[in-house]
Amino acid sequence: MEIRIDNLTKKFGDVVGVEDLTLHIDDGEFVAFLGPSGCGKTTTLLTLAGIYKPTDGLIRFGERVVNTVQPKDRNIGMVFQSYALYPHMTIFQNIAYPLKLKKTPKNVQNERVRQVANVMGIGELLDRRPGQLSGGQQQRVALGRALVKEPDVLLFDEPLSNLDARLRLTMRGEIKHLQKNLGITSIYVTHDQLEAMTMADRIAVMNRGRLQAFDAPDELYDRPKTLFVAGFVGNPPMNFLNVSVSQSNGHFLAEAETIQLPLGADRGEPPARHGGAVVMGIRPEDIQIAADGDVTGEIFVVEPLGREDLIDARVGEHSFILLADTEKQHRAGESVSLKFDMTQAQFFDPQTERSLLWHH
Amino acid sequence: MSESDTKAKPSAAFLQSRRNALRSYLGAYGFMAPAGVLVIIFFLVPVAIVLYLSVTNLASSNFTSDLARMEFIGLKNYETLLNDQFARKIFFNTIFYVLVTLSIFNVSLALVVSLLTTHIDRSAGFVFRALWILPRITSPVVYILIWKRMMAEAPFGILNQFNELLGQPTYNYVSTNPWVFVVVVNGFIGVSFGMIIFTSAIESIPKDLLNASLVDGSSRMQRIRYVILPLIRWPLLFVVTYQTLSLLTSFVEIQLLTDGGPGLYRTEVWSLTAFHRALSNYFGNAQWGYGSAFAVLLVMIGVVLAVIYMRVFRFDELVAEPRVEAL
Repeated sequence: MEIRIDNLTKKFGDVVGVEDLTLHIDDGEFVAFLGPSGCGKTTTLLTLAGIYKPTDGLIRFGERVVNTVQPKDRNIGMVFQSYALYPHMTIFQNIAYPLKLKKTPKNVQNERVRQVANVMGIGELLDRRPGQLSGGQQQRVALGRALVKEPDVLLFDEPLSNLDARLRLTMRGEIKHLQKNLGITSIYVTHDQLEAMTMADRIAVMNRGRLQAFDAPDELYDRPKTLFVAGFVGNPPMNFLNVSVSQSNGHFLAEAETIQLPLGADRGEPPARHGGAVVMGIRPEDIQIAADGDVTGEIFVVEPLGREDLIDARVGEHSFILLADTEKQHRAGESVSLKFDMTQAQFFDPQTERSLLWHH
Repeated sequence: MSESDTKAKPSAAFLQSRRNALRSYLGAYGFMAPAGVLVIIFFLVPVAIVLYLSVTNLASSNFTSDLARMEFIGLKNYETLLNDQFARKIFFNTIFYVLVTLSIFNVSLALVVSLLTTHIDRSAGFVFRALWILPRITSPVVYILIWKRMMAEAPFGILNQFNELLGQPTYNYVSTNPWVFVVVVNGFIGVSFGMIIFTSAIESIPKDLLNASLVDGSSRMQRIRYVILPLIRWPLLFVVTYQTLSLLTSFVEIQLLTDGGPGLYRTEVWSLTAFHRALSNYFGNAQWGYGSAFAVLLVMIGVVLAVIYMRVFRFDELVAEPRVEAL
């Protein structure tokens, strides 16, 4: 089912939940809504579900405008963060509930529920009540209940947030696998950028009720169009630095006080043409500790992450987060030389917060 | 170290822990004491006195305040009561009054009002419910006067004034349909209790659960039937039980509205009879002993009902684990 959201606005009194959101989702696509809490992603999801009615704009499922269509007539399945299983029903009754409401014959209900339960690996739990299940099992039941009526659209509202880290990893893979197998158009709301990056075909990054970017994960990562996207996507986050970029004899130079970084024309030309102060962004993996570095700094803190060390290095007033090999055994207080891979540098207009390199 | 020493040591520690436990119990009883004393003085002692009075023939004609000089007549009052030609009518009046008021108003209408006010705009719902609390917090005398003024005969009653204005015949509402008024007047008060309990129960159902039901394909009516009602089962049973008992003993509004009339015992209920016999009989002939017999029977009916309710609804099980929170 193709979903087209055009100029969607949802207000609660004077409070704006979502503003002027336009988003077209292809049939069978897995889209993540990513953003900090209060960014409007859940509001959008509940509007798609029909729980909220749009204040303005159009939502189409296929050719059909669904703005005022009741949730029950949208043929959607939804998975909630709290699982939202009915505590007074058995697992069987929970999964069968959407079928019962559709007046599906009893024997078909029975067959479908068992089939879905087996796929979800909860076949032996059908007689239990939700309270007797672990969080992971409850989440599987919730997923089963969403799938049993063969929905056109699947909506996920932070479904993995209440699970422990290991289980989250397993469920992430399972959901992605299931979605690809069934080919059901899915929208997945999360504040966890790792979840969004690993699962989604495309990610809609939202902030303060507005869409910041809507792109494939690697596109968002490599070519962030706004400062917010650059800072939000990626862990550890991108380093930012106020610089001015100048050109002399075809050579470009980004400068901030004592820091001087030469860069190529493809990255240097747009910020130089913009002139004045710009915001430079550089990802932690694009800064190396090397003998022939561009600037000299001092290690402030070393955080061992196991596979690598997260290092906070200070150059004058500026702080840079970077990743280093644990073998090197860097220590706080150590003086280091930092090499910047300026072919990966990003530049933003400090006023509009838009990228100077990538345009829409 | 002798053997007795090794034995004595843990036992001393054991005794100490017993002493500590006792001390903490004493603290608990200490905190309960004020309430306990009040219950004893103002409930248990009066019950004992009423029980005793019910086996005497104490009345205004042979009044004495000396318990020892009261004439003991055994179960004679109860015998008289059972042979009383009106006791039967009053008994069925009471059942009728409790069942009808409870089922139509205290439970059903309370449920309807809470479901409606939780499905509309929050503040509008709040205002509506706040208005419906008014009958309960208004003094019964004032509340009944308002009703009486509305229903009074022409040319005084407000409804009859409308009838006259529209050229319709006028009615003496209260005397032609006394039961309707007894039930409606009490019911309007009764609704607010269930309304508050049901509303808070409905509002404590997690929002996700309610949204999930809609997404799963239920209409709002189906959601009420399959999700909301099962989840408020315990408050529902509580209101049924509690309100049965409180309706059984309520009589002030009836006394003020019809005083058990019109005619002989038309709307008289058991608790009102106990009051009439004991404290407000004709010509000032108060039959304390006989009235007490009525009161004792009412208490016994109440206790039996309470026990039955607790058994049937398995209260202990319901109270044992939270139902909605077990998510």
